[in-house]
Amino acid sequence: MSIGSTTNITQAALRDVQGPLLELTDVRTHFRTPRGLVRAVDGVSFTLERGRSLGIVGESGSGKTILSRSIMGLLPSKGTERSGSIKFAGTEVGNKSRKEMRHIWGKEMAMIFQDPMTSLNPLMRIGDQIAEPLRLHLGMSKADAAATARRLLQDVRIPEPDRRLAQYPHEMSGGMRQRVMIAIAMACGPTALFADEPTTALDVTVQAQILDLLGEQRRERNMSLVLVTHDLGVVAGHTDEIAVMYGGKLVEKAPTKRLFAAMKMPYTEGLLASIPKLEDQSHSRLNVIPGRPPDLVNPPKGCRFAPRCPYASARCNEEEPPLTATQDDPNHSYACWYPVGSPEYHEARARINASAGVN
Amino acid sequence: MAGTGKAHLRNSPDVLLRVEDLTVEFPVGRTGLKVNAVSGISLDVLRGETLGLVGESGCGKSTTGRAIMQLRRPEGGSVVFEGNELTKMTLAEMREARTRMQMIFQDPISSLNPRRKVRDIVMEPLTIWKRGSNAERATKVDALLSEVGIDPDRAAESQPHQFSGGQCQRISIARSLVLDPTLIICDEPVSALDVSVQAQVLNLLEDLKAKHGLTLIFIAHDLAVVKNISDRIAVMYLGKICEVAPSDGLYQQPAHHYTKVLLDSIPVPDPEVALHKVAIEGEPPSPVLPPPGCRFNPRCPAADDRCRSEEPQLREIGAGHFVACHHPLVGGESPVSVRTTADA
Ligand SMILES: Nc1ncnc2c1ncn2[C@@H]1O[C@H](COP(=O)(O)OP(=O)(O)O)[C@@H](O)[C@H]1O
Ligand SMILES: Nc1ncnc2c1ncn2[C@@H]1O[C@H](COP(=O)(O)OP(=O)(O)O)[C@@H](O)[C@H]1O
Ligand code: SF4
Ligand code: SF4
Ligand SMILES: [Mg+2]
Ligand SMILES: [Mg+2]
Repeated sequence: MSIGSTTNITQAALRDVQGPLLELTDVRTHFRTPRGLVRAVDGVSFTLERGRSLGIVGESGSGKTILSRSIMGLLPSKGTERSGSIKFAGTEVGNKSRKEMRHIWGKEMAMIFQDPMTSLNPLMRIGDQIAEPLRLHLGMSKADAAATARRLLQDVRIPEPDRRLAQYPHEMSGGMRQRVMIAIAMACGPTALFADEPTTALDVTVQAQILDLLGEQRRERNMSLVLVTHDLGVVAGHTDEIAVMYGGKLVEKAPTKRLFAAMKMPYTEGLLASIPKLEDQSHSRLNVIPGRPPDLVNPPKGCRFAPRCPYASARCNEEEPPLTATQDDPNHSYACWYPVGSPEYHEARARINASAGVN
Repeated sequence: MAGTGKAHLRNSPDVLLRVEDLTVEFPVGRTGLKVNAVSGISLDVLRGETLGLVGESGCGKSTTGRAIMQLRRPEGGSVVFEGNELTKMTLAEMREARTRMQMIFQDPISSLNPRRKVRDIVMEPLTIWKRGSNAERATKVDALLSEVGIDPDRAAESQPHQFSGGQCQRISIARSLVLDPTLIICDEPVSALDVSVQAQVLNLLEDLKAKHGLTLIFIAHDLAVVKNISDRIAVMYLGKICEVAPSDGLYQQPAHHYTKVLLDSIPVPDPEVALHKVAIEGEPPSPVLPPPGCRFNPRCPAADDRCRSEEPQLREIGAGHFVACHHPLVGGESPVSVRTTADA
């Protein structure tokens, strides 16, 4: 297979280009289903600079996976309606077919998933699975690919790489398999890595190791990392910026430290409050977000979070709040009429506390 | 066989469940080798208490739960529930005992019969045990479904796949309560759920526990979750118990090096908190040939020759706080000759 033909984006060109690595404008991905149109991603815009890490956070069904897959061009071809613009290193990729995207996968964008077993071939030795894309995409010789595969396993800190190269996926633990997936994703030196809930199925100890490994690979390779998760705790220490999604929309985006210091969206506040904190006394009641995420066939009118929002008032049920930047930080934007800290928010809290008998 | 000790067992009339020297082994093919899944552990739970069981995948938590329920008969040890020895019961006696002890699992969708209506799934134990009239059964099931936040009318019409993972866990919980059990073993009930749903289910379990006077064993791999719901926590590693303590005490003063690792691994939802450098390298070794001495020694920063030869026994280092470690983080070195003090 030839690499770097003129119609493709070549790696060299990508590495030189100035400007953001990723630029999304009003991206929509809808699915036609018997129940109606599922608005999985419904008007998302943001930019991501080279070498930076972005966390995409939200509950199940908020559109995180479909957003990542829309960028990667990994969507089902039947019944999918797409619109908006996705620029990768200045080139529009939102309209590319799966076949065209194939040149970009691996070398430019790679993806790892929650369950490595779904992407690993159970009948193929680990070594061959890593070597294959090297030969295919980079045209390496068999010997070079084997040597590179071994080095990649060392890079992802797999002990005894020679023994592991000869193993099959089922002979490894979940954590080891996720390391192998990272090695495969790194094989062709991608500019951006999308990690979709990469640690959700793993033990906390292994999760910590994998998150550190991803951070290390990103820094060493000056790669962008998009880390998708339902847990704000996971992204807090491992990303530069965070985008919060709800009901197919981006509802808040900010640099990580800023988000935790001054979050505006009641939804973000609710997600953070749901996490059990080690320093809280045992049996502390957790602050839950009541109810469930909206049905994306018939999303609520107005603010999609309104049916679950403790601060919602009449306007929230009628008018949709636009994503707007905060006055003091242009990199921090949110979509809410009565954000955390506003007079209406404080009034609502006072009302809630009064009715709960708290002063 | 060297156990990890019983110093932590309590002599109280309120003990609902007492497990001693529980051992579960699985043969490895025809090799003559065995998986030492649970190696002589002891624990007790008081009436109304929640015991947390925490440790990495493969350390034997589920096997312990299943062996307590006699779903897998243990190779050794005793399990006394409500004063009765379960390991010696006949199948019929055990079936009866299991109406008062229930288990719920991590994957609620696959643990519910996919072909039946949800309301029937919840009612099934009542039908099997011929409890109450049809009308009484229906009233009870609908009340429980409402209590766990599932609309009974929808449950009557729908199958499990029409509900989300969190809702299926609520349904499993309702089913586990229908025979009025005293003990519920919750095996990672929130590990597969979003943090938002996890919080809802944790609060729900606390409410149900209070309302139905339940005793819980709560299994998980995340200490922050376990701490939230438990009164007392037992930390497991490779088939052994390494530390037992009240929840708050365990967090304030972890004594076992492994407990410290588990605490340091929990992601802190605050970017201003400096990240711990990876708390531990590698993964637990195989339980087929566990390391001699302290089973944690190959990964422990404080391991010495003694740790590689002599197995540490559980001993008390503070009020209700027990550790099995020769060189714990708090509580002083273990005495050279160890004698357990339980069974007084
Ligand atoms: N192929 C598809 N057809 C129809 N609906 C889909 C399809 N894939 C995903 N969805 C729906 O799109 C929404 C967003 O899904 P997803 O991006 O997977 O959410 P998340 O990753 O945040 O959990 C969900 O409501 C999901 O059911
Ligand atoms: N039915 C079985 N046959 C063989 N080995 C088993 C079986 N069940 C569990 N094991 C092994 O026993 C050990 C403990 O497993 P388990 O109790 O499931 O751990 P945990 O619940 O803590 O993850 C593991 O090494 C596991 O592979
Ligand atoms: S716009 Fe209204 S309903 Fe939506 S998050 Fe803000 S306060 Fe809540
Ligand atoms: S007994 Fe030794 S190896 Fe085991 S935890 Fe204590 S110090 Fe570490
Ligand atoms: Mg997803
Ligand atoms: Mg288990």
